[in-house]
Amino acid sequence: MSKERIQISEDLYDIMPSDYQDLVKSATYGKEDRGWKDIGSSKELIEQHSLCAGCPESMAFRYILASLPNPEDTVMVGSTGCTSLVFPMVAVHNIHSLFGNQNAIASGLKRALSVRFPGRVKDVVVLAGDGATVDIGLDMTLQAWFRQEKFTTICFDNELYANTGGQESGLMQKGFVAKMAPVGKLFDKVRLPEIARESGCHYVVNCTVSKPSLVEKVIRNAVHVAREIGPTYLQLYTPCILEIGKNSMEGLQEMRDSEKPTERFAYKEYVSEPAKQLLAELAAKDKERKAAAKQLASQASA
Amino acid sequence: MISKYRVLPGPEHFLPPAAARMGIQLPNPGEAHINGVIAPEEKAYEEAARQFLMAKVPTIFPGPLVLWAWNEKAAKKATAIRHLYNILKECVQPGQKAMLIPMPDYRPKYPKINPEVEINPNHPNLTIWHNKIDCCMFVGVHCHQANLSLKIIRGGTSCYTIAMCAQAGHEDAMLSFRDASVEKIMRLADTIKRLKGTVQPRLETAKSSASS
Repeated sequence: MSKERIQISEDLYDIMPSDYQDLVKSATYGKEDRGWKDIGSSKELIEQHSLCAGCPESMAFRYILASLPNPEDTVMVGSTGCTSLVFPMVAVHNIHSLFGNQNAIASGLKRALSVRFPGRVKDVVVLAGDGATVDIGLDMTLQAWFRQEKFTTICFDNELYANTGGQESGLMQKGFVAKMAPVGKLFDKVRLPEIARESGCHYVVNCTVSKPSLVEKVIRNAVHVAREIGPTYLQLYTPCILEIGKNSMEGLQEMRDSEKPTERFAYKEYVSEPAKQLLAELAAKDKERKAAAKQLASQASA
Repeated sequence: MISKYRVLPGPEHFLPPAAARMGIQLPNPGEAHINGVIAPEEKAYEEAARQFLMAKVPTIFPGPLVLWAWNEKAAKKATAIRHLYNILKECVQPGQKAMLIPMPDYRPKYPKINPEVEINPNHPNLTIWHNKIDCCMFVGVHCHQANLSLKIIRGGTSCYTIAMCAQAGHEDAMLSFRDASVEKIMRLADTIKRLKGTVQPRLETAKSSASS
């Protein structure tokens, strides 16, 4: 599907709110090498949202939506949490699941899409918080990986239940005291990236969203590997600045501090052998395409 | 059994019953319903035109099925809707204000809905209250979303609702056509044109559409 298929009826164009007109005129649907650099020069697939000022999750959303390789044919599955406040403002098909059910819904959805649209690439991306992914939905998360379901799971890890006031979550770091967890976490952060690897995920990354180019790379890799090979998992640190006592301006620094080599969000990546091969092939094709485009451009200017 | 229930402008109450539950039936092909009573389509054109010409702020709400050019038929319907709106604008008297407000999609757009420029099926009352709309027509809205909106409008506002439905019609509208087509939309426009000047508009302040 390309954006040519979603035009506004000419006779009613003038009454459409400007955000829809902009989506049709200058969004990057159908653009082959879309990425975070399009932000600012094209219409983003996220409209104004209701997250807190300075929330790193909003940065993560923007980078992810700018980086999805195939947004017009992608369905995102969300779950209860701060992310569910954003999905109504997202111009990508999305489904809100019951708390924790997201990977089960995505499994059925992916299978149904491949039956319904056998000749077309349809990507499914789960995006949920750590409560939905690791606590309430851990069963569904793991079972989807065991079954080798071909979709990407993204966990926005803010290390607690943020929008209900700060309760302890499985991904909270040991010893952390939250507003609704005054005793402090007694055991270690669940090592979900390692569990994902052992459960059959072919591409696993643990990082923060401080660097848009890195987010773009891991999102593209994860979606491509999931499309061709099997499940992929991204754990992205999106700290809740309110719950950890930071100001709006301090989210980015918090992520930078947490991604230092000895910290818990130091960049970690696991790629299976088939995924490595696929990514190498894609990189080679990409290089070839860019070289051809460059040659074409130089011929045109000559 | 014929129901005694009538689908009338509200505000009925916070959670009005679905008209279907109250025994209101959908019209057969060639028929329409007015206030829940099956009527010949001819009569419905006249009544819809009269309601539009009487209203202080007659409004058309086109939905995604016509706002987006999914196919040639959708584009043609959009052209017919624009024609209907133009006719309505020509035929209303000074003091009346015809409006054309889109329902681009069905996402529950909290908290950003701008009632001046769009209507959302999850809180249609906001657009109706804001613009003081006292008669509206849904066209090109998927049935389940139209039913939801029509019920909310009946529950919380005094707006007269018309459904130009491409399927079997809507019990929850005060007046409903079925099998909507370009021809039917054009015919409604012609009826409005024909009745121009024969209907006395409600030029006093529209009855407050907010529920008390």
